[in-house]
Amino acid sequence: MNERYELNKNLAQMLKGGVIMDVSTPEQARIAEEAGACAVMALERIPADIRAAGGVSRMSDPKMIKSIQEAVSIPVMAKVRIGHFVEAQILEAIEIDYIDESEVLSPADDIYHINKRRFAVPFVCGAKDLGEALRRISEGAAMIRTKGEPGTGDIIQAVRHMRLINKQIRQLQNMGEDELFEAAKVLQVSYELVSYVHENGRLPVVNFAAGGIATPADAALMMQLGAEGVFVGSGIFKSGNPAKRAQAIVKAVTNYNDAHILAEISENIGEAMVGINEQEIELLMAERGK
Amino acid sequence: MGWTIGVLAVQGAFAEHTKILSQLSVNCLEIRKKEDLITDHIDGIILPGGESTVMGKLLVELDMLDLLKQMINDGLPVFGTCAGLILLAKRIVNDSHVYLGTMDIVAKRNAYGRQLGSFHTVADFKGAGEVPMTFIRAPYIEVTANKVEVLAEVDDHIVAARQDNMLVTAFHPELTNDTRLHEYFLAM
Repeated sequence: MNERYELNKNLAQMLKGGVIMDVSTPEQARIAEEAGACAVMALERIPADIRAAGGVSRMSDPKMIKSIQEAVSIPVMAKVRIGHFVEAQILEAIEIDYIDESEVLSPADDIYHINKRRFAVPFVCGAKDLGEALRRISEGAAMIRTKGEPGTGDIIQAVRHMRLINKQIRQLQNMGEDELFEAAKVLQVSYELVSYVHENGRLPVVNFAAGGIATPADAALMMQLGAEGVFVGSGIFKSGNPAKRAQAIVKAVTNYNDAHILAEISENIGEAMVGINEQEIELLMAERGK
Repeated sequence: MGWTIGVLAVQGAFAEHTKILSQLSVNCLEIRKKEDLITDHIDGIILPGGESTVMGKLLVELDMLDLLKQMINDGLPVFGTCAGLILLAKRIVNDSHVYLGTMDIVAKRNAYGRQLGSFHTVADFKGAGEVPMTFIRAPYIEVTANKVEVLAEVDDHIVAARQDNMLVTAFHPELTNDTRLHEYFLAM
């Protein structure tokens, strides 16, 4: 278990500085790979469509996921419902590279997340604050991403989550050793994890940004706020020119600190997805699974 | 030592290399664009692990590929780990891309399969002894030309090699606390 967990955290390290893109067909997967995605997330419907369609949203058809595995050479991820460990067993059986236990799908369990320590394949989980992030890590997540608000094209929630996680990390860093026990109680996580963050000033796993990234500037914003890479869901294939926008976002993540390059790549990339403002959302996916 | 080593930082695990180099008191320079290669002098460059498709594409898009290739051909010491090995290989058996193509090796991408095939082992590295080796969706080398020196093998597959100023490993020395292979590179 321990060595496998290290290897799984290591794969996330290899994805750093990269863009993971949602795709729903082999054709889209090839466009994403060609545009420079470091991995793809295979799912039947991208979050914006899930939002529009309503109803219960589940793990994708394994056949569809396999067709995407065959289409590209980069890692392929796929989503399972929160707490649905059988969906996770199925994805492990088809040798998925990463499982996203995701609030984008309808939760299958309103109390327990998947015991991810039981699996050989790695898991990534969403978090809105440090407590959620560390609880997912104790359950065995090898990578964390902000929840943001998927399928909206609105960056505000990803920003809020990233800023909050960073703030809470800084607070732990500045605490005296005696205060860490109480902090562990408040965050509802083990003293060992709290102590790791106190000493290292970061999560013990790679942390990406996700949920609402629609432009190269959004991606660079999240990187400057401390994300180690980004997930882009609906932002690409709901835009006017997916290939061009995907390429621009990839470059924005590499040169996120260079405003001249960002200006250049933001030019003429077609229309961004329309998006929904925070006040107009009926379903807050980020509230699923704490 | 007063040396400056560039670390290609367009995507992947470049921070891990920077950390090890700092432990060895070497100056590091993250290389993210062409100007970084031109403006500052570097005594060597590391091509880290990550996705070779992404790094290869960004090298082209950021107009760095030809310049870097020329610098390597002119003798700049280079150390490629995992994806870095792919970037340096003259040919890749299961991929039509060739990126820098400066090293006379034929590599196989994702040779151990998907993430479930990733593994950790300890094996002999010529000139450094037994070293920890972490393979993440790793490649291996299928064929080498005569002028290439094989430095390590695992299960009869070549996982480390050297040709003049070029050093490659299919595994990730930057993921362990062992600094010997970085020291080996610096000694080149």
